[in-house]
Amino acid sequence: MDDIQTRLQKSSRATRQDYFGKVICYSCIGLIILLVACILYFIASKGLATFTQNGVKFWNFLTQSDWKPGDVDKYGNPQVGALPMIVTSFSVTILAALLATPFAIGAAIFMTEIANKKGAKFLQPVIELLVGIPSVVYGFIGLSLIVPFIRGIFGGTGFGILSGTLVLFVMVLPTITSLSVDSLKSVPMHYRQASLALGATRWQTIYKVILKAAAPGLLTAVIFGMARAFGEALAVQMVIGNAVLMPKNLISPASTLTSKLTTEIGNTVMGTLPNNALWSLALVLLFMSLLFNLIVRFIGRRGNIKNER
Amino acid sequence: MKTYDFSQQYINKIEQEVALSTNNVQVHYGKSHAIFDASLSFPRFQITSLIGASGSGKSTYLRCLNRMNDKIAQVDGEIIYRNTDINSKKINVYEVRRHIGMVFQRPNPFAKSIKENIQFALKNNGINDKNELQKRLETSLKDAALWDEVKDDLDKSALALSGGQQQRLCIARSIAMHPDILLLDEPASALDPISTSKIEETLKLLSKNYTIIIVTHNMQQASRISDYTAFFHMGHVIEYNKTKNIFTAPEIKATEDYISGDFG
Amino acid sequence: MNAKKSDKIATGIIYGLVGIVVAILISLLGYILYNGVPDVNWHFLTSEAQSFSAGGGVRDQLFNSLYLLVLALIISLPIALGAGIYLSEYAKDNWVNDVIRTSIEVLSSLPSVVVGLFGYLLLVIQLNLGFSIMAGAIALTFFNLPLLTRNIEESLSSVPDLQREAGTSLGLSGWKTITKIILPMALPGILTGLILCSGRIFGEAAALIYTAGQSAPSVDYANWNPFTETSFLNPMRPAETLAVHIWKVNTESVTPDASVISSASSAVLIIVILIFNLGARYLGNKLFKKMTAAK
Ligand SMILES: Nc1ncnc2c1ncn2[C@@H]1O[C@H](COP(=O)(O)OP(=O)(O)O)[C@@H](O)[C@H]1O
Ligand SMILES: [Mg+2]
Repeated sequence: MDDIQTRLQKSSRATRQDYFGKVICYSCIGLIILLVACILYFIASKGLATFTQNGVKFWNFLTQSDWKPGDVDKYGNPQVGALPMIVTSFSVTILAALLATPFAIGAAIFMTEIANKKGAKFLQPVIELLVGIPSVVYGFIGLSLIVPFIRGIFGGTGFGILSGTLVLFVMVLPTITSLSVDSLKSVPMHYRQASLALGATRWQTIYKVILKAAAPGLLTAVIFGMARAFGEALAVQMVIGNAVLMPKNLISPASTLTSKLTTEIGNTVMGTLPNNALWSLALVLLFMSLLFNLIVRFIGRRGNIKNER
Repeated sequence: MKTYDFSQQYINKIEQEVALSTNNVQVHYGKSHAIFDASLSFPRFQITSLIGASGSGKSTYLRCLNRMNDKIAQVDGEIIYRNTDINSKKINVYEVRRHIGMVFQRPNPFAKSIKENIQFALKNNGINDKNELQKRLETSLKDAALWDEVKDDLDKSALALSGGQQQRLCIARSIAMHPDILLLDEPASALDPISTSKIEETLKLLSKNYTIIIVTHNMQQASRISDYTAFFHMGHVIEYNKTKNIFTAPEIKATEDYISGDFG
Repeated sequence: MNAKKSDKIATGIIYGLVGIVVAILISLLGYILYNGVPDVNWHFLTSEAQSFSAGGGVRDQLFNSLYLLVLALIISLPIALGAGIYLSEYAKDNWVNDVIRTSIEVLSSLPSVVVGLFGYLLLVIQLNLGFSIMAGAIALTFFNLPLLTRNIEESLSSVPDLQREAGTSLGLSGWKTITKIILPMALPGILTGLILCSGRIFGEAAALIYTAGQSAPSVDYANWNPFTETSFLNPMRPAETLAVHIWKVNTESVTPDASVISSASSAVLIIVILIFNLGARYLGNKLFKKMTAAK
């Protein structure tokens, strides 16, 4: 056997390097998966303790509106009704998305279909910058501009769902816009050319061809915006008023899941019902986040099927 | 499209010393069968061309020869190099590739300097001696007929070279490793005629010291530079013979149709 | 209504919407900068915060934000690199990797308050780190990992396969090819993503209020020994960041000049993030040019 022949059959430095690299990369990805599993496990087990250990009925948690986890009602049941927070969270999220969507899609259409290069070039980085603005800054602006404004018009304290909605509107606007831009940009150029060549006006082309083709992407953009709004804590907490009451109107103080969590978790003792009840709120947040994820995937899959046809 | 009988085959027995040979090599991409029973022997210090229509499996076959298909396709059969089946799982593939180098269709220099392009792999293979590195740099660039053009710009980015120069740099990078065998997959197809003829000259010179196997769909090129030629059709080796026999007196009808342009 | 007319009306509406959006964006940025910048001065940046009297600065908060950022990057970058390399180079198309990708997706879309609470539960309580920079940095890592990983994966995947083949065909190991050939080519993209992630970390508050804590004990900036109690480098001390500070002075309302402090701090945050944004663009472009062009 010559030298090369033996070397062909032995492992070498390169073999060991590859092994080493694989071990590193697999460990890193394993760590991330472990982290996700831990988050899901910890929050689920803590959040479920309210129902398994403290005997709160899940149905009551979802449908009752008295949140006094320290006290019991006249039948001796703990008062853990999360409905006001759930309703408020959904209200601000849906209202903010409803408000932001036309503006965001309008701006996205403008940037991709109407504006010249310069206009789009100016708007793009500004939007990207706004996506990156910290939520406390939005909260602070809400506190110093929006709340007094609402107070001035409608009276009351100014804190409440309306203020929360407006803050979230400004927050999710850049998010939805920039994702919508991506989705409009991914519509192939020849769609536009074909439509215009058939004599359609620009608006007909946008409305009948481009928006239709980009619909799944636009919907995904809105869902992402909603997910961001639903999970936003501090900005909302600063302007919503933080009163656990069933919201009667849009301008009375209320509390979202996230705002309740941020204000209370430091004031409760680990392992007690008031603490566990808060973890149940976190579990609702986690569940909603998973649900938004699922919806996005579902839309993505539907979109793919459509394009293949 | 004409259909040909794949059982009609003509494979010349190589009488010289053989550098590399394959026995019944089969390649599958998932379920699709890309190479059927390819058994060829490549003579040492000769140039062998693989010709055939596009999609006939030339690249697929060539890439088996230094295990470049490892993660892409399922390769069965024997590939014998130095009395060793290098297609076996136990073989050190890195070592295989050090001795059987490859140059690709599109030039792919690293985003590094010209010098670093040549020396990077050498250093990683444990060659750290300054003089040796310098010597390899110079001789490989000279052998690839690039030295005169770049000797003053060795620290310049390789990406600043023209396409033809980049491809010759890639050849130089391969031969700096001192391989036994050089595999080239249509190395000139993306280049202009002048660069092409430079590369052909280079290969002619290199064949004194290297066994060269080159894929080309340019039949003039095959007949100009190669000693042996194998004709591939739809994953089958139809005919393998001395180049002059293939181009003047092909044994098989399919080969004759292909080289006369009356094909498919 | 004919097509021409509706085209005109629709265009008008879109212009109107865009006008409002632009007005909001401009007034937002304008408001923060106009109100905040005049109060940003040397004194503000270099003096300690005051809880109950006016005239406090943000020295410690600013330092804490930067320190947390650095620590979070030191922890998350190697993990994200390994995971990103795995996803772009090793992961085959199968159900296992589908699960892995979904998990990362899930992690990236978790509300930061949930990540913060998890950090509180695991790090502060279970691992007994207390409210500390360490706990904060790890919580920020949780929050940063999925984005950074995806960014690295995308940057690596955008390097053409030809480069991988070049390395492999020279007998280099896959690992060498990835780390020494592919990674450097992906660097402009990775760096851009890294800087943008830094901006996010810098402004994050919800993940920090229950991990790094809400207090900024005074520290000794001359004590370089991270293992001593008073050192500014001590990773086991609680650390309120700039973003948390803004939240805190506004919600506790005991500081008389809360709105001055908030607007100045907001301006500082925005300016830092602006610098990160511009820096990311500039560096990304420059590196890219440097790599592709002749020297
Ligand atoms: N990576 C791949 N995955 C799946 N099929 C492939 C791949 N590469 C090549 N093929 C298929 O294998 C056959 C042979 O291709 P190839 O070897 O590239 O031909 P040639 O080089 O002669 O043009 C073709 O049908 C091609 O579609
Ligand atoms: Mg080919």
